[in-house]
Amino acid sequence: MGNSGSEQVVINGIGGSPGICIGKAYIVDREGVDVIKRYRVDEAGAAQEINRFKNAVEKARQEHAAVIDSLDDDLGSELNILEAHMVLYKDKMIYEKTVDTINNEKINAEWALKKVSRQARLRFKNVDDPYLKSRADDIAQVAEKVMSHLTGVQDIKISEINKRVVLVAHDLSPADTSQIQLEQIQGFVTDRGGKDSHTSIIAKSLRIPSVVGLGKATAGVANDDLIIVDGGGGKIIINPDEETLIRYEERKVRFERYHAGLERSSYLPAVTKDGETYTLLSNIELVEEVVSARDNGAEGIGLFRTEFLYLDLKRFPTEEELYSRYKEVVELMAPAPVTIRTLDINGDKVNPSLFSLEEANPALGLRAVRFCLKNPQVFLTQIKAILRAGASGNVKLLIPMISCVSEIVQVREIIDQAVNELEKENKEFSGKVALGIMIEVPSAVIVAEKLAEYVDFFSIGTNDLIQYSMAIDRRNRQVAHLYQPLEPSVIHMIRLTREAADKKGIDLAMCGEMAGEPVNIPILMGLDIKELSMNPGSIPTVKQMIRNLDSSETRKDLEKALTLSTAREVRQMISDKYKELLVFNGQE
Amino acid sequence: MENTLEENSLYTRRVTISNSLGMHARPAAKIAEIAGKAVHNVWIINDNSKADAQSVIDILSLCIIEGSLVTVEVESANDVEILDEIIKLIESGFGE
Repeated sequence: MGNSGSEQVVINGIGGSPGICIGKAYIVDREGVDVIKRYRVDEAGAAQEINRFKNAVEKARQEHAAVIDSLDDDLGSELNILEAHMVLYKDKMIYEKTVDTINNEKINAEWALKKVSRQARLRFKNVDDPYLKSRADDIAQVAEKVMSHLTGVQDIKISEINKRVVLVAHDLSPADTSQIQLEQIQGFVTDRGGKDSHTSIIAKSLRIPSVVGLGKATAGVANDDLIIVDGGGGKIIINPDEETLIRYEERKVRFERYHAGLERSSYLPAVTKDGETYTLLSNIELVEEVVSARDNGAEGIGLFRTEFLYLDLKRFPTEEELYSRYKEVVELMAPAPVTIRTLDINGDKVNPSLFSLEEANPALGLRAVRFCLKNPQVFLTQIKAILRAGASGNVKLLIPMISCVSEIVQVREIIDQAVNELEKENKEFSGKVALGIMIEVPSAVIVAEKLAEYVDFFSIGTNDLIQYSMAIDRRNRQVAHLYQPLEPSVIHMIRLTREAADKKGIDLAMCGEMAGEPVNIPILMGLDIKELSMNPGSIPTVKQMIRNLDSSETRKDLEKALTLSTAREVRQMISDKYKELLVFNGQE
Repeated sequence: MENTLEENSLYTRRVTISNSLGMHARPAAKIAEIAGKAVHNVWIINDNSKADAQSVIDILSLCIIEGSLVTVEVESANDVEILDEIIKLIESGFGE
């Protein structure tokens, strides 16, 4: 029967990126249901299918083994994890069950594998423990690798979709998302993910509307259903009725007109009504995003995330590989500054089989600078590449996740070592690369004055600072409501950081998602944070906001906010006062 | 099925999981490796759910946390040595 009748269904999720699109649903799931063939076989055919399956497993395992071999031996614990992952290929629940299924049901290998991996994953469906829950992803990944050897297709071919559609997926990896072709995909919706998940971040930079964290969207939508994606409102409407459709068509036009207006003025500087100048920079992950950064009027790169290359290669890149990537970005932006953040590995961002399998709480585990200090060779290689890129333009070095003074002391020792080695190797590099740290762990806020003695600048990473201050797991939907940038405790933390930076005379920037939301701008201006880095797509809106504000007013806003008790009150105060400025900013 | 296991005490042992992370991937892989050598089935039972000890996936799906009292069961006398080996491994905290 299906539900593709006329009944309008509204599902609420989390707005991933603003904007509205209306189009036909195109469903993809991790194994690409639309791609795999299903057919029945006879006795002899079953034996053949089993052989084919076994060969595919063998090839996938060999590939996996090659990844293990390519890694440094000093990655002891990660290697163990990878080897444990290796076991999954031959796990009874996948390997023997698929063979049995082919034998008993007389179906082809792809179909059997899909059925079996689905059953295996279902076992984790009602598990609460996030660590175990993500094991379902491991199974999916292993099955996917085998599947790609069976079908000869590599992963989901999002890049090959050839009609104008709205993607509906259980989950999209950052790599999947980056394959999206703007002329084909109007927007996307996913069951998983949160506002600041990597997928939303990339969606924002591509500027396509998306809604994530829908829970069960993929189950409720059929292929070709008409679907409205309301990225700002964080909801989707399946099979909208006439009236809804008209209302959204109108909103879509208004939204687009508003953005076209913004773009025209995005090259002008962000100067407040009373003449204070703000510097708006872009957060990027891929070299390709430099274009979007420049188009949106970014005055530099305030955060260049470097995990992607590690992800992409599935091994640790060499100094040359890193150097050529960094140099490209630095040259494209020069003379504007590029702040390169060193490896910020955590479960969310890097191949889970490599780094997070064993940690019950990856966000509190061996990530970012902690990982780098434990694997100094990896760190040294990256720092050398960054210092070399410094010779091609204006580079700053940013260290994530610093939680105490002894870490920054160790970091500086490694930088000294990098300088020594580069001198010995006669390589060209810059000795004047500014050193900064992310302020994103509450303990760093407390000792900020001490930390300031070792660095040239602070950059506040609000995503993690909020997460760690409020003790919330950002991917856990049950506590997602606590994630509020305007929570008074968060504002106080930023103010303390501001005071420490002022006292020691070092620069202060912000590179979290908080900086990209217009509703937060009056408070950030009140805190006098003159350098704001955000997703390229947010720059025009934020510039527009800043141009309409007066710094003497925003100082008052801050003072007022500091007397309030809840995020809701602060937000209300701002949205009441700046009502007309905030319409259409995706906050409505 | 589950309530027959108490009677077959010859082939079952009870043990408390002591490593702090509970039964995560690596310990599960070690158990599955040993259980894989058994002639017949090997089971792990936790709170009335039963998992095939030869499968990492099945073991993980039991969600065994630190301090859980689990039962390990083999189906034949030939596999008692395997049973003992698994118990020893769990008691050692998987060497972690």
